[in-house]
Amino acid sequence: MKFLLQYLKDYKKESILAPLFKMCEAVFELLVPLVMAAIIDQGIADGDTSYVIRMCIVLVVLAVVGLIFAVTAQYFAAKAAIFSAAKMRKDLFCHVMDMSAASHESMGTSALTTRITSDINQIQNGVNMFLRLFLRSPFIVLGAMVMALIVDVKATLIFVGVIAALAVVVYAVMKSTLPIFSGIQRKMEKIFLAVGENLEGARVIRAFGNQEEESAAFADSTQALYGDQMKAGRVSALLNPVTYVIVNLGIVVILWFGSTQVNQGMLAKGEVVALVNYMSQILVELIKLANLIVLLMRAVPSIGRVQQVMELQADERIYTDKEVEGTSTQGAPAVEYQDVSFCYPDGSEPALSHLSLTVSRHSTVGIIGGTGSGKSTLLQLLYHRYDVTEGQIRINGQDVRSYTREELSKLIGVVPQKAVLFHGTIRDNLKMGREDVTQEMLEEAATAAQADNVIAAKQDGWDEEVLQDAMNFSGGQRQRLTIARALAGRPQILLLDDSASALDVATDAALRKAIRDLTWQPTVFIISQRASSVMDADWIVVLEDGVCVGSGTHETLLRDNEVYQEIYYSQFPKEGQQ
Amino acid sequence: MEKNKTSRQTEVIKRVLVELRPYGKHMLASLVCAVFTVWFTLLIPVLTGQAIDCMVGSGDIRVDALVMILKRMAVVVAGTFFFQWAMNRINNYITYHITRDMRRKAFDQMLVMPIREIDSHSHGDYMSRIATDADVFSDGLLMGFTQLFTGVLTIFGTVFFMVRLSLPIALVVIILTPVSLLVAKFVASRTYAMFQLQAKHRGVQTAYADEMIANQQVVSVFSYNEKAKEVFGELNDQLADSSLKATFYSSLTNPSTRFVNSLIYSGVGVAGALLAIAGGITVGGLTSFLGYASQYSKPFNEISGVVTELQNAIACAARIFEIIDAEPVEENDTNRLEDVKGQITFEDVAFSYEPSKPLIEHLNLRVMPGQRIAIVGPTGSGKTTLINLLMRFYDTTGGRILIDGVDIRTVPRTNLREQFGMVLQETWLKEGTIRQNLLFANPNATEQEMIRAAKTSHAHEFIKRLPKGYDTYIKGDDGNLSQGEKQLLCITRLMLALPPMLILDEATSSIDTRTEMKIQAAFATMMEGRTTFVVAHRLSTIREADVILYMQNGKVMEQGNHEELLQMNGYYAKLYRSQFALEK
Repeated sequence: MKFLLQYLKDYKKESILAPLFKMCEAVFELLVPLVMAAIIDQGIADGDTSYVIRMCIVLVVLAVVGLIFAVTAQYFAAKAAIFSAAKMRKDLFCHVMDMSAASHESMGTSALTTRITSDINQIQNGVNMFLRLFLRSPFIVLGAMVMALIVDVKATLIFVGVIAALAVVVYAVMKSTLPIFSGIQRKMEKIFLAVGENLEGARVIRAFGNQEEESAAFADSTQALYGDQMKAGRVSALLNPVTYVIVNLGIVVILWFGSTQVNQGMLAKGEVVALVNYMSQILVELIKLANLIVLLMRAVPSIGRVQQVMELQADERIYTDKEVEGTSTQGAPAVEYQDVSFCYPDGSEPALSHLSLTVSRHSTVGIIGGTGSGKSTLLQLLYHRYDVTEGQIRINGQDVRSYTREELSKLIGVVPQKAVLFHGTIRDNLKMGREDVTQEMLEEAATAAQADNVIAAKQDGWDEEVLQDAMNFSGGQRQRLTIARALAGRPQILLLDDSASALDVATDAALRKAIRDLTWQPTVFIISQRASSVMDADWIVVLEDGVCVGSGTHETLLRDNEVYQEIYYSQFPKEGQQ
Repeated sequence: MEKNKTSRQTEVIKRVLVELRPYGKHMLASLVCAVFTVWFTLLIPVLTGQAIDCMVGSGDIRVDALVMILKRMAVVVAGTFFFQWAMNRINNYITYHITRDMRRKAFDQMLVMPIREIDSHSHGDYMSRIATDADVFSDGLLMGFTQLFTGVLTIFGTVFFMVRLSLPIALVVIILTPVSLLVAKFVASRTYAMFQLQAKHRGVQTAYADEMIANQQVVSVFSYNEKAKEVFGELNDQLADSSLKATFYSSLTNPSTRFVNSLIYSGVGVAGALLAIAGGITVGGLTSFLGYASQYSKPFNEISGVVTELQNAIACAARIFEIIDAEPVEENDTNRLEDVKGQITFEDVAFSYEPSKPLIEHLNLRVMPGQRIAIVGPTGSGKTTLINLLMRFYDTTGGRILIDGVDIRTVPRTNLREQFGMVLQETWLKEGTIRQNLLFANPNATEQEMIRAAKTSHAHEFIKRLPKGYDTYIKGDDGNLSQGEKQLLCITRLMLALPPMLILDEATSSIDTRTEMKIQAAFATMMEGRTTFVVAHRLSTIREADVILYMQNGKVMEQGNHEELLQMNGYYAKLYRSQFALEK
């Protein structure tokens, strides 16, 4: 709650005035039955026509003033709800953008997106309705009771009884249906999932002839949903009829009680009519109140979920101070791994253990190994995606952890395994918001990445739109563009994480040649499954299960290293083997 | 155009009626309940007025009459309770039943719908049809229907009761009615445009957030974070602006209709009071009138919402019926395949996905039982299409395919597919435990058989390392399993149910070459005596095939074994050399 209040604080005026104005509107509404009572008991009883007309003008004035108050209140409520939610959304997005990979993964992409979109929408709706109704509805319900008190003290007891009975009924219905509703939600998700899964796996399901099983499983899920819906329906079908009965029986009691009071001259007829009217007003407001409660019930967990993300530490990584000036000596190697070990937060076995590696400037390192051998991890530690668990990684003699994110992104060009492009033009994608990247640099990078003909082939060239999920580019084209994106900033260190897998052998070779010929001579790391991609590197590291099982040049490894031999010969069968 | 739309709507409505027919009795019962509910509800103000009239003044109360009236009120209230409750229950029954049945029908249809349909439609669209549209349809239809019905009944009932009480005052109300409608319409039309704008802005923002969050690591690597925040901020301001307008305008509905209602109420008040002074109506009569007037605009509000809701429901219904009423694929069961040897013949087969672009033409092929056929060629050459045709995911447009001399179009699809075991490049696993997935094809396999299969496929080692071993729960798009591990699971799944013929379409593409070498032995045993089709990139897998088909543009360019093709010195030889003569 405190979390929400801190956002409403900036709209204090609106948040207070909205309910207050709604309350004023309610007051005017509550006055109507009294005016009507006066018309009956004075106007009609005395046959005073001008009094009747005066009172009716009063009614119209009450309506107009009520309208003005209501409209103002709606505006304030909408403004407070929408702007505070907008601020929350922005803050949340910024927080997510600052997250480290570990924090991000602990929540998951889809969870984070739902927090920002649907959860905050729920909160916005909840706040809006709350500001509008939380004073109005209870105020009318209680106000009707107070008005009854003004008319007749004893009649108030009837109101108290009715309101108490209503409260019990509404509470009981809510309490017994809410858990069923969350069950219904879960079962709906299951149905959604089942449909998607069956479309995705249509070929496999049909190949194995499992249609009947799938159909039966779906029938079960729909039956379970149906059962829950009927269960919830049984209870909620009672809500309207029961509240109706309570209020109308209340009216019967008022009429009976009123008649005895009229008989004794304690009440006028018009006042009995007013009491009946107050009772009817309660019924109308009560339904609104019940809807409000349902809405709030949905919004409150959303607040909790948003807060959970906001309170999650965005970045658990360590940033050390820059070491004393001069330690980044000119002679220091480009990259040094010193006895580096790494464990993923949820992994028990180390993904990388006791790795040491020195890479001199302008050289090329190939990294090869099977699935899950730790190749990508090795590079991810270099650009400080994670903290090393043990040991140290130095770039130009300085600990990786002493660089800021901006410094590292200038220093290192990364081509991730998954070739992701963003919505926008090709130029936007290659530039990635970097002001210092000129068109000339872009073109040079595109040529080196073998992407120049990809761009030239597009109708709009550099201004060609990249559609959602880059559907208008093939896998190989995407990879070349992501390589160009990394090259455009002319980084000192270039990391290629299996980023040529979709390229044919000739393009792959041309790409490696172009990178070797780059004028600014970056230090290059190449990860690959293909022996052909790494065999001309200056140094090759062979990884298996997170351990470096050998390193050297292609020739020495092929002579001495068993794992490398196995990999190599699985791709290049020995001559005359067959 | 407009006419077309209406006639399509009429068609859908007719179709909906067919769906509703089994519930005819329920609908009728619901309508009867609605009539009684409305009638009883409208009786209350009359009875209240009569009760007031029993109170003439101090010391002058007609007690007997009053008691009678109050008793009647109690009975009417009890009646309302019963009918309203019964109506709610019946409506729930109809709604939930129809939704459930429509979902099942659509789902079953989906299971037999031509693969062509599934391939060419967005899956998200089908998902929302079966999950969301079914709900909107039944909710909208029923709510819309009952609200429309009770709304109209209430309006006519109210007017009827008012005219009976006093014609002049009733006229005041009737004359003021259009004002109420106009106001509601005015607000609704303004709001609609605002909501559309809001929906648009929201869509853009969601897409942006989704893109940036999903690819946050790339964003981070390029230090694009601050820029992303800036863009998001702009989109956010835009959204806040349109949201404010939409929310504010839509929130005018209630106060403004309440205002109109107050005007009607005042009108009734002044007309009634003046008439009462003239002796034309009793105070009780006036009370009844005020009771009606205070609730008069409610049915109008409801009805104005109902029309859009019904239209929406019909649109949803049309979308679901498109699935349910799709032409079922024809089944021909003149023959059955039994004890298949695995002789496969393609006779002058032709096929195309689009009639204007012929893909496969005059394809002839003879495969002897137990042979291994490797299919190679550039992307788009028709390798996967061949498999689609064999499994009858698609049917040939010309010629025929025979298995053991039987035309595959003369056997039921399930019977045909039973004869093939398949591993595809795109791994598909169910959400469930590893065990459930492995036993997918053969639920009767024992634990030992399962573990043995996993060991042969080298999946056992990584399964063992998972938190709960074989009971680890995996989700379809689980990031915890690598693509290669998923392929190993698919291979294990196949090993537990081995039909006479196999199809391996890039089955090991994501498995590293060393592991692949290790499971070669397992593959060899698996393929022993089984006619096998292999699509692969890696020539090492292909060399050992009995027949290699080199395909290009839907045609088999070369056919023969490795040595023969090398000697032919054509496409295959060229491909082979480009892969092996690297960097020499």
